[in-house]
Amino acid sequence: MTESAVRPTPASPTPPGGHLLEVRDLHVEFRTGEGVAKVINGVSYHLDPGETLAVLGESGSGKSVTAQAVMGILDTPPAVIRSGQIRYRGRDLLTLPEEQRRQVRGKEIAMIFQDALSALNPVFPVGWQIGETLRHRAGMSRADARRRTVELMDLVRIPGAAGRLGDHPHQFSGGMRQRVMIAMALALDPKVLIADEPTTALDVTVQAQIMDLLADLRRDLDMAMILITHDLGVVAGVADRIAVMYAGRIVEHADVHALYRAPAHPYTKGLLASIPRLDVRGRELATIRGLPPNLMRIPTGCPFHPRCPYVQQVCVDVVPDDLVLADGRTSACHFAQEVHDDRAR
Amino acid sequence: MTAPASPAKVRGETILAVDDLVKHFPITRGVLFQRQVGAVRAVDGVSFVLRRGETLGIVGESGCGKSTLARLLMRLETPTSGRATLEGRDLLSASGGELRRLRRNMQMVMQDPYTSLNPRMTVGDIIGEPFDIHPDAAPKGSKRGRVQELLDLVGLNPEHVNRYPHQFSGGQRQRIGIARALALRPEVIVCDEPVSALDVSIQAQVINLLGQLQDELGLSYVFIAHDLSVVRHICDRVAVMYLGRIVEIGTEEEIYERATHPYTQALLSAVPVPDPAARDATGIIRLTGDVPSPADPPSGCHFRTRCWKAEDICAREDPPTVPRPADPHPSACHFAALRDPPGGA
Repeated sequence: MTESAVRPTPASPTPPGGHLLEVRDLHVEFRTGEGVAKVINGVSYHLDPGETLAVLGESGSGKSVTAQAVMGILDTPPAVIRSGQIRYRGRDLLTLPEEQRRQVRGKEIAMIFQDALSALNPVFPVGWQIGETLRHRAGMSRADARRRTVELMDLVRIPGAAGRLGDHPHQFSGGMRQRVMIAMALALDPKVLIADEPTTALDVTVQAQIMDLLADLRRDLDMAMILITHDLGVVAGVADRIAVMYAGRIVEHADVHALYRAPAHPYTKGLLASIPRLDVRGRELATIRGLPPNLMRIPTGCPFHPRCPYVQQVCVDVVPDDLVLADGRTSACHFAQEVHDDRAR
Repeated sequence: MTAPASPAKVRGETILAVDDLVKHFPITRGVLFQRQVGAVRAVDGVSFVLRRGETLGIVGESGCGKSTLARLLMRLETPTSGRATLEGRDLLSASGGELRRLRRNMQMVMQDPYTSLNPRMTVGDIIGEPFDIHPDAAPKGSKRGRVQELLDLVGLNPEHVNRYPHQFSGGQRQRIGIARALALRPEVIVCDEPVSALDVSIQAQVINLLGQLQDELGLSYVFIAHDLSVVRHICDRVAVMYLGRIVEIGTEEEIYERATHPYTQALLSAVPVPDPAARDATGIIRLTGDVPSPADPPSGCHFRTRCWKAEDICAREDPPTVPRPADPHPSACHFAALRDPPGGA
């Protein structure tokens, strides 16, 4: 496996100046007392200005670890970046010295996390926490930082922003805390926003508000966004492209409409069939048999083969390459075209 | 042992009846002389019936009181007022041996399969513990065999009785929780968010398992969840809660196709549909703001502060949950009406 050439990524051809952000053949492993877990096994994706890429996967698929590698916030050790490149505007972030890396983090690429309550410091007022970035990184005076903080809180639609600067995180509801975190991420005008499960902990009505806000901000501020999620429903509304991850690899990468219309990887197909839908009712849900693999013992050949309904001998023996289908989408399946056309046995 | 006093088990007869159940948690002030300064109205007058062999879904956002309701039914909390009967016997005044016998007939599956299993006990001990409390449920010497039967019933390997919870995945742990709930052959199972901690592909397996067990064992479920798609999939009837009250209750079809309460309509419209083509942005009702505090609910209709139909009467008069002209199922809205186009979701 692994040391293959850089894999093609679908959709837009490389623009003249190169992609805004590009992950190339990334390999990350975690060295633990029990052994080596191969968490990322050759992930490549790219992002162009103003675009939303959804990275979809279940727990342990490596979706968050990839994002942490892009942000440069992986704990090393235990994590080790074995190989690969993360290029931002043509520069490889992985070879930059930490001082320059810091300049990119927050200012060029910012991130929001799933659990706003634990991502915010409970003992400081939120106004102070948002302003901290402005004072330290943008060199603003306290008065300027305060003014800008109110602007940011208005931007993320926190009602009565000026009056809430002194409030602590516990005084905000879950949805409002997520807005505070978005305001912090936007403080330095990033060009790329990575949102890691931004609405997973929220109720549906609040989730809809936050997804609307993110979509509006992305458009108004002309950011590019990477949306990391396990929820196929959330993705359908906002993403342009989807990369589906399984066992540390992108198994399918396609335009959002194409992917939902006709998945070309058995895993994507299984996922779509296994979610209960509001508009489709039936007693028995289709399931994907078995469990996701232990990353210390990834199966031979295609890592999905023990769970795959279309498995053949070749799947056990040979790691599938990314097959490029007619419309430029890719699928890491030996029978991608058959699955896509629904002809697979 | 004495046989349970229910000779004829007719499908469809009432097995659990709840009438005007109330739970107020006092808010106190003062250290030495505590005085009550208010109350959190977690459950504020809830009535419903559960029929034998059916699944009643209870949906609502966080803080609506659905988990408190589950705890009240299990007698883990003492209600402030109200009545509940299980097979005609009073559930709320029972104590000591009588309560233990009643509880045997009603068991619970918890949300979090990671914290609801004791990490120091083997799976055999966890599933067998109910037999220690009710020695007559498994004759001496038959416990181990019964535990293995239960493991087999929920789709786990019976050889694994001596393993510990950490050796199982999240979905398998939830199966252990289900096996424990089934140990005493209860007739009613209260499931409090049983699949919300699981990955999608695993969630479908557990939902299917619950359905199969219901068919095989004739169980009745109270199924508490915030995921409306899951609830539609598994439930026969659905109750929608908001701020401690049931605002609408009806068959699955009545709630999902012919909802008349504005809150239900908004909740349904906010559910993300995993299909970019089916998404109709104009049909989405955007609620503003957050759920008010249950310590200080609005006067009259609790939903009026977020409702687009609210008029003066809504602040003055509390709308009862009764059948409305728009559709014959109970709905707590002065202006109950079908959405046009009907269905809405």
